[in-house]
Amino acid sequence: MSHGERTHARRSRLLYPDVYRVGAAGLRARPTRVILSALGIAIGIAAMIAVVGISTSSRARLNDQLAALGTNLLTTQPGTSIDGQDTTLPADSPGKVGLIGKVTKVGAVATLRSVDVYRSRLIDPNNTSGIDVRAADLDLLGLLGGRLREGTWLTKVTANYPTVVLGGIAADRLGIVSPGSQIWLGDTQFTVIGILGALPLAPDLDSSALIGEAYATARFDWDGKPTTLYERSADADVGAVRDLLPRTVNPENPENVDVSRPSDALAAKNAADLTFTGLLVGLGSVALLVGGIGVANTMVISVLERRHEIGLRRSLGATRGHIRIQFLAEALLLSALGGVVGAAVGFGAVAVFARVNGWPIAVPPAIFAAGIGATLLIGAVAGLYPAIRAARTPPTASLNA
Amino acid sequence: MNDSVIELDRVVRDHGNPPVRAVDHVSLSVAPGEFAAIVGPSGSGKSSLLNIIGTLDRPTSGRARVDGRDVGAMSDAALSALRAYRIGFVFQQFHLALGVSAVDNVPDGLLYTGTPRAERRRRAVASLTRVGLAGRLHHKPDQLSGGERQRVAIARAIVSDPALLLADEPTGNLDQRSGAGVMELLQELNEMGTTVMMITHDVRLAERIPRRISMRDGQIVADDREVTV
Repeated sequence: MSHGERTHARRSRLLYPDVYRVGAAGLRARPTRVILSALGIAIGIAAMIAVVGISTSSRARLNDQLAALGTNLLTTQPGTSIDGQDTTLPADSPGKVGLIGKVTKVGAVATLRSVDVYRSRLIDPNNTSGIDVRAADLDLLGLLGGRLREGTWLTKVTANYPTVVLGGIAADRLGIVSPGSQIWLGDTQFTVIGILGALPLAPDLDSSALIGEAYATARFDWDGKPTTLYERSADADVGAVRDLLPRTVNPENPENVDVSRPSDALAAKNAADLTFTGLLVGLGSVALLVGGIGVANTMVISVLERRHEIGLRRSLGATRGHIRIQFLAEALLLSALGGVVGAAVGFGAVAVFARVNGWPIAVPPAIFAAGIGATLLIGAVAGLYPAIRAARTPPTASLNA
Repeated sequence: MNDSVIELDRVVRDHGNPPVRAVDHVSLSVAPGEFAAIVGPSGSGKSSLLNIIGTLDRPTSGRARVDGRDVGAMSDAALSALRAYRIGFVFQQFHLALGVSAVDNVPDGLLYTGTPRAERRRRAVASLTRVGLAGRLHHKPDQLSGGERQRVAIARAIVSDPALLLADEPTGNLDQRSGAGVMELLQELNEMGTTVMMITHDVRLAERIPRRISMRDGQIVADDREVTV
C-alpha cells in the first residue's frame, strides 16, 4: 500500500528547460523542413524591418538636413495678378524686407530671362541645357546654408567682372569639373570661379549660373528687380514674418506675392514617401501571414508523422499538457528562429541601403520588439491547433495494433 | 489479493464502431516479482490487454487495478504519473530517437518525472551499465546492432526504477541470438525484483518464462504456471 501512496504524491512533471529541449530536439530532427518554413517568417519580418528601417533612416536624414539647414527660411516670389498677368517684385523689396524688425538675413536672386549659357561660343544657341542665368546677392550663399563643391563664392570685386558660380547640376550639364574653366554666357566669355554643392532649400539654384548683380546691371541691363527673395528670422517669428512679407514687398497689391517655406516642401515629400511605406509594410505583413500558415502546415504534418513519438512520450509519463506544450514550444521556436533571422537580414538591408545613400542608420528598437512579438504571436497561433491535435493522439499509438 | 501489481476483473475493451471486442471479460492477477508471458495468435487481444495493463488505455467495462490503483477512476494526469514512475515500456521497434546517442536516449525515461538533466544523465549511465552497454554510451542507434538497440530501450524503460516492466514483442525484430540475450536481460531484471510482463509469439522463448497466459479471441484460454522449486 505504501507504493500506492507514494505514487499519489508524485506527479508527472516536465521542467521548463526540458520544454525548450524537447521543442528544439523536434526541430533538429528535421532541419530542411525547419529552414524552409522558418524562411517564410524570415522573409516577412525582414521585409517589414527593412521597409520601416529605410523609411526611418530617410526621415532621420531629413531631420538632420532640416536641423542643419533650418526651418526658418521663407521664400518670396512674384505671383500672378487677379487678371492673370505675371507680376514682378519691386527693386527695393530686399531692402524693405531687411527693415522688418524680426528678419535677420535677406538675400535675393533675379533670373535674367534673355541671357543663356553655353559650354563655348560654338554650341548651337538652341541648346541651352535648361540652365537659368541668375544675378545673385552676395549674402545668398550664407543665407541658404550652401556650400561650395569647388572654388569660391562671388565677392564684391568679382561681382563686377565676368565671373560665374555654377549650381551643381548646371556644372554637370556643362561638363565643368573645376574652377578656372571658361564658358560662354550671354555674349561674353565668363570664368567659372566656383561650383556649388546641392541646395536642398533652393533646388532651382542647382541648375543655375550665378553672376554678380553689379555685372548683370552693367552688361545685361538688369533692372534690379529680384525674382526670388530669401529671408531668415528666429524660428518663433516665422509665422509673423510670413504675414508681414506680402504687404512689405508690395503694399499696393499684397495678393500678388507668393510666400512659401521650402522646408515644408521637403517634409511633404517625405510624408508622401511614408504613404508608400505603409503600403510596403502591408505587403510585409501579408508575407508574415503566409509564413505563419507555413508554420501551421509544417506542424500539422509533423503531428501526423510523429504519432509513434507522441505515444512513446505518453508511455514515458507525459500528460496531454506536456505533449501540447512540446508542440507549442516547437512552433514558437520555429517562428522565433525565422523572426530572428528575418530581423538580422532586415537590419542588414537597412544598413547597406543607408550606407550606399550616405544616410544615418536609424531602426527604432520598438520595431524589433514588435517584429519578434509578431513572430511569437504567429508561432503561438499557428502552433495551437497542431498542439491540441498532438495532445489528442491516443497513448496507444506507440504500440502495434 | 490487494498485494497484486495487476488486478483485472472481467475487463472488456471494445474498439471502433460497430464495436469489435478486443478483450472479452478478462480476469487476471499478477503478483509483485512475477515474470509472465502473454502468448496467442495475431488479433487475439494481447496488445489491447497490454495497453490496459500499461494504463495507456481504459477498459470499456470491468475493473483494472494497476499498482494498487483503479485505472478507470484516474485522471489523465494521474495515469501519466503512474506511467512515469511505476511502469516501464519496451517496444518491438525500440522507438529510439535517431541521431541521438544511447546516453542521450536513455534519460528520456526520467524526462517526465521532473528530474534535473544532470541527474537524469547520471542515472542513464548506471542504467546502460546495468544492461551491459557501458561501452556503447556514445553510440547512436544506427551504430548499434538490433539487440543493442533493444538493450538501450530497456535501459530507458528501467532508468526510473519501475515496479512493472511491460514488453510488447521485445524480440520480434531480433535474430535468435540477440533475442535470447534480451530475454536473459529481462530475466535478470526480474530476478532483481521487477515484475515483468511480455507479449511474445516465440513459443520457445515463452517456455522459459515461469507463467504463460494464452489468449484467443480476447479471452484467456490457459494460464500455466511452472511450479517453482
